Amino acid sequence: MTDATSRIDELVKSNDVVLFMKGTVLFPQCGFSSRAVAILDRLNAKYETVDVLQDPEIRQGIKEYSEWPTIPQLYVKGEFVGGSDIMMEMFESGELQQLVGAEA
Amino acid sequence: MPMAAIEIERLIKASIPDAEVTIRDLAGDGDHYAARVVSGSFEGMSRIKQHQAVYAALGGRVGGELHALQLETAVPNTETTSD
Repeated sequence: MTDATSRIDELVKSNDVVLFMKGTVLFPQCGFSSRAVAILDRLNAKYETVDVLQDPEIRQGIKEYSEWPTIPQLYVKGEFVGGSDIMMEMFESGELQQLVGAEA
Repeated sequence: MPMAAIEIERLIKASIPDAEVTIRDLAGDGDHYAARVVSGSFEGMSRIKQHQAVYAALGGRVGGELHALQLETAVPNTETTSD
């Protein structure tokens, strides 16, 4: 396990809901990350974020860890959920609310 | 380097022959697309696996030369009517 992989592993396992994104909750640096944050906020979810722009190792590492080429990426209870398109689909169907266990 | 929509469609179909592909150029700049891919081969696959199959078809271009591809995948005739 590389250093980046073990750090990512630690992040996804120590946080119930964690979003790897570009920028921060207050200042998302990409429309897709912004959309992901908006969805989680709408669900009143408690979540942590990791700004991949501050950490090139995590930025590259998370793509390999998830076998997923783009950011944002959502993990819930250690499981990869998907990017912002899947989040939106699951938000609309109500699945995401169930998954993050938040009240709307 | 922007990619033409027709090239995206060609690559997806080369790898997923039965795919029905609809592509929209979101920003008109040849760099931000939305694709809807419907294929019987997605049957029984999770959403993540379906999206990964499309990313694989595009051979590492997504996130690189293709900045953004908004993606929606479905199996024929079992679609939800969420939109």
